[in-house]
Amino acid sequence: MNNILAASASFSPNLIRDLKEMWQYPFMQHAFQAGTLVAIVAGVVGYFVVLRRLSFAAHALSHIGFSGAAGAVLIGLNPLAGLLAFTVGGGATIALLGKRAINQDVQIGTVLAFILGLGVLFISLYKGYATEAYSLLFGEILGISARSVAITAIAVLLTLAAVTVLFRKLVFTSIDEDVAEAKGISLPGMNVAFMVLVALAVSVSVQVVGVLLIFALMVTPAAIADRIAKRPVQGVAISVGVSVLATWVSLFVSYYLPYPVSFFITSLTFGGYLVVRVWQWCSKTSS
Amino acid sequence: MTNIPIITAHNVSAKFGRHTIWSDASFTVHAGEFVALLGPNGAGKTTLMRILLGLMPVASGELRMFGEPPRRGNKRVSYVPQRHPVDTEIHIEALEFVRLGFANAWGFSLPKTAQKERAQALAALRMVDAQTLAHRPLGALSGGELQRVFLAQALLGKPDILLLDEPLANLDIRRETQLVQLVNQVARTQNVAVVLIAHNINPLLPVVDRILYVVNGKVASGTPSEIINTETLSKLYDAPIEVLHDSRGRLAVLGSEEAIHHHE
Repeated sequence: MNNILAASASFSPNLIRDLKEMWQYPFMQHAFQAGTLVAIVAGVVGYFVVLRRLSFAAHALSHIGFSGAAGAVLIGLNPLAGLLAFTVGGGATIALLGKRAINQDVQIGTVLAFILGLGVLFISLYKGYATEAYSLLFGEILGISARSVAITAIAVLLTLAAVTVLFRKLVFTSIDEDVAEAKGISLPGMNVAFMVLVALAVSVSVQVVGVLLIFALMVTPAAIADRIAKRPVQGVAISVGVSVLATWVSLFVSYYLPYPVSFFITSLTFGGYLVVRVWQWCSKTSS
Repeated sequence: MTNIPIITAHNVSAKFGRHTIWSDASFTVHAGEFVALLGPNGAGKTTLMRILLGLMPVASGELRMFGEPPRRGNKRVSYVPQRHPVDTEIHIEALEFVRLGFANAWGFSLPKTAQKERAQALAALRMVDAQTLAHRPLGALSGGELQRVFLAQALLGKPDILLLDEPLANLDIRRETQLVQLVNQVARTQNVAVVLIAHNINPLLPVVDRILYVVNGKVASGTPSEIINTETLSKLYDAPIEVLHDSRGRLAVLGSEEAIHHHE
């Protein structure tokens, strides 16, 4: 359906007019709204994911969320509910099993394997084709309803409020865990709080980029920020900037081209990452 | 300002699970003292430091810091853990890292507070002669530079005691001496007590007031000449140890590592 509309649209050099045209359609409005919200939260939380070298956790939580969505579909609930329940539960479990913020690979791997197994069971038990669950694999930004946008907005605001309250403690424990502990910050408390934040961010992000492409919004923009920013606040700003920009450009382009939005997001962010790496490599060798 | 010693320990012992790490530790650390905490690997030096930080309970005995039981997050106590070389990818600048010393607080720092904190962090860097490193990424610093930055972070908030876990590891002999002199100079000018874990007493001998020696489940305390002599060390290790003096007053302890291997 979207492709029929897209096929009739034609690009003009007047970007404002282009945007006005695509925003006539509610599905494009919802896509821009949800995409922006998700890009902001993924950029913020993603920066800490990268700072803590926990990208495997983001990856794992998105897959864990898929199992939750499949389970919810099986018992006739909204997949988003299952997604949230499983990512938050899985995130807290991973945090409680591992003592340190970093090097939780093994705990993440064991929890991930078990929950993916559950997901396989749920899908095999479901009579019929679990479309709703499958759509979470790659994301369906052009199919988001006004209600989903509202739910996403609430989840994003909650997550951002929590990050604001925890900001300094998060930075401290991400960079200098041992000293943070000695200064009286509870490491298990921060780990659980952080993993719950990742779980929330992952749950809202998969609607846009899907389970399989979560890194595009949560890790790649943050990885770019991590290579450039000298201060954590700058890092968060760059990470958010890159993910929002990539989402907007991708939505814009996908209006004219019949290819998936997630493909554009992943390509743009990865391209940006490569540019930064090459630029830094050049400036290193030339200096 | 008061005469309460910074640390008093009476017959303190430490356990890890059921295993006693060391026992009968009795010692005192006064304001402004420079204390070397020595002993072979695995003897429980870091354990003692964790107890002082309130991160581990004592198994028995009485330990007081500033007249109270040790507690986590005491602002009068600063800590530099033994670190593995910092991730070379980390791009955060040294100044921001030092500023983390303020970071046990909720929320964001408003721009005005942030500015004040950065000014104080810069002052701390200046204290350890590292102001030129302020805007360098942490990942680009050498081992000796990193130790100075860590020290600056620890000095933030004017603590009364610095607990330094192996700051001399991974430094060459020249940098080792420089760092010891720097710690000593900062400790004396700021009147901060220092407990510094080290393997080698030699670079510390010119500055150290007291030695805590952890070995074979015991903790001995005394002045360098009381501890670093053939008789005391042989008793501590329960094996023949020889302490040699060279013409410049440097010491060499022979036989200690072998003794440990026999015991474990």
